[in-house]
Amino acid sequence: MDYWMAFLVGGAICGAAQWLMDRANISQIHMLAGLVSVGALLGALGVYDQLVEVAGAGALLPMSGFGYLLAKGIASHEAGQGWMNMGANMFQYIGLELSFVITLSFVAALICKPRG
Amino acid sequence: MKLRDHYQQAVRKFQPKPSYLANSFQAFISGGLVCAGAEGLRALYMNSWGFSSDAAQHLMMLTVMGLAVLLTAMGRYDALSQFAGAGATVLLTGFANSLASAAMEHRTEGWVSGIANHMFKIGGVVIVYGMVIAYVLGVIYYIV
Amino acid sequence: MRLVGKQTWVFENNIYIQATGTAVGPFEADGPLGKQFDVGYRDLYCGEKTWELAERRLMKEAITICMNKGNVTANEIDVFLAGDLLNQNVTANYTARELPIPFLCMFGACSTSMETLAVGAALVDGGFARQALVATSSHNATAERQFRYPTELGIQKPKSATFTVTGAGAALIGSQKGRFRVTAATIGRVIDAGLKNPMDMGAAMAPAAAHTIEQHFLDLNRSPADYDLIVTGDLSGIGSVIVKELLMEAGYDITDGYSDCGLMIYRPDQRKFAGGSGCACCAVVTYGHLLREMEKGTFRKIFVVATGALLSQTMIQQKQSIPAIAHGVVIESVGG
Repeated sequence: MDYWMAFLVGGAICGAAQWLMDRANISQIHMLAGLVSVGALLGALGVYDQLVEVAGAGALLPMSGFGYLLAKGIASHEAGQGWMNMGANMFQYIGLELSFVITLSFVAALICKPRG
Repeated sequence: MKLRDHYQQAVRKFQPKPSYLANSFQAFISGGLVCAGAEGLRALYMNSWGFSSDAAQHLMMLTVMGLAVLLTAMGRYDALSQFAGAGATVLLTGFANSLASAAMEHRTEGWVSGIANHMFKIGGVVIVYGMVIAYVLGVIYYIV
Repeated sequence: MRLVGKQTWVFENNIYIQATGTAVGPFEADGPLGKQFDVGYRDLYCGEKTWELAERRLMKEAITICMNKGNVTANEIDVFLAGDLLNQNVTANYTARELPIPFLCMFGACSTSMETLAVGAALVDGGFARQALVATSSHNATAERQFRYPTELGIQKPKSATFTVTGAGAALIGSQKGRFRVTAATIGRVIDAGLKNPMDMGAAMAPAAAHTIEQHFLDLNRSPADYDLIVTGDLSGIGSVIVKELLMEAGYDITDGYSDCGLMIYRPDQRKFAGGSGCACCAVVTYGHLLREMEKGTFRKIFVVATGALLSQTMIQQKQSIPAIAHGVVIESVGG
């Protein structure tokens, strides 16, 4: 069942994004910015949590999942920690992936030439 | 309507429309398959290899992004997303691809002014918007 | 007076294209015209380290072949005119630094091929040069990276997008008798139809092409029937239909004997979207294919209209529309 939900939710987000991009003439980078923002907003409102609960990777892998994880990081700071920890907590859930992909891209660029 | 007099409107009938349904369907299928596959990976890490739920989630995302960088390095990802559209570009794999492709493209300008300087040319959008929105929301959350 | 009508130059002396040279990349060499180009590289890097160096090699190669075929050395050439698509025309400028020839750099985006040919012919006609060398080049990856995105970035291109041709074409112009005569040239005006989509340059450039062709007919009091072939540079699948329609509305039916270089250079199954584009598109097809056809006798008199979209990424991002230009040159075969 998990697989079906991941397939359906992930596919639906991609399909909807494609539809919007084609129909409303939105460029790819604008779409990325929009999805991340929506994800962060829904994450802060607590709605996205439930979607992740149901769809797993189907909700985490689209860019909205990235925004959600950032928002979740911020929201996770405990009452006593004060405002200063807010920014530090931001990358709590996604920092690992981010640092990994930056390093990997760097290494890939050292080794590989683009093929055109 | 004559082209000469109303070019901007009249020219539209000469411009091909994207195949809305086919494009969206391809994005749906491809995006869905990637997500379902990733879900499968997570289950594998958790059930077969005994990782905790959190660790499995991280590992799943790392694997998927790693594969995207690998495909980019092999020069295959661009062909993939010509077919899949949003199914390959609005996923985290697309983010990995945007970093790797920009870094590779500018390797000829050197390690610092090329690779490092240009890596976030496209992917930076995601970081900036994600952080700004999340931060603003966090401040509101903190005040309220 | 060499100026006839409003925008057309008619050369008084006999100006000839004495030799040409073409060099292309892998996709073009694999295309339907592949065998007609002088050199075809199997690799997009052309044996160089970077895309930019690859483009420079293509231009150098085209020039060398052209000079060899024309049996001249660089010292015998009085002026060199060249251009390409890159910022500050680096390919042309860096190629010129290796040549002992006075140099004028030109930029007309993809119309540069005919711009250089027209100006070269005018300089020879006016006696400012005995022999002029003209060259243009473009490279798919350098253009992608400058005007669009990194080459490996996954991005879905629409059907109206064009594929920048990798290649370079060069021609040697002089008054010594050759097989092809350059008789007239129509210099285009910048026309902005107000379109803003950089993925559909055919539609943005078609009005400029139509304007130049129409003006050419008016200035010389000619009609489409005077030419065996009217060919545009890189309007591709969409723009070429529009330009026919625009001219039809103006009362010129060019449907017979019209073609577009961007549609000739790739096979449909190569999946290059709407067709080829770029400085090299018009140059390699004209210098490589069309002149060969004229030699065979397929055409005797052709009008080549190279079209250029004068955009930059910054202008597009600032929501400015795309200005376009088109320059046309009449080439006639001599004798035979």
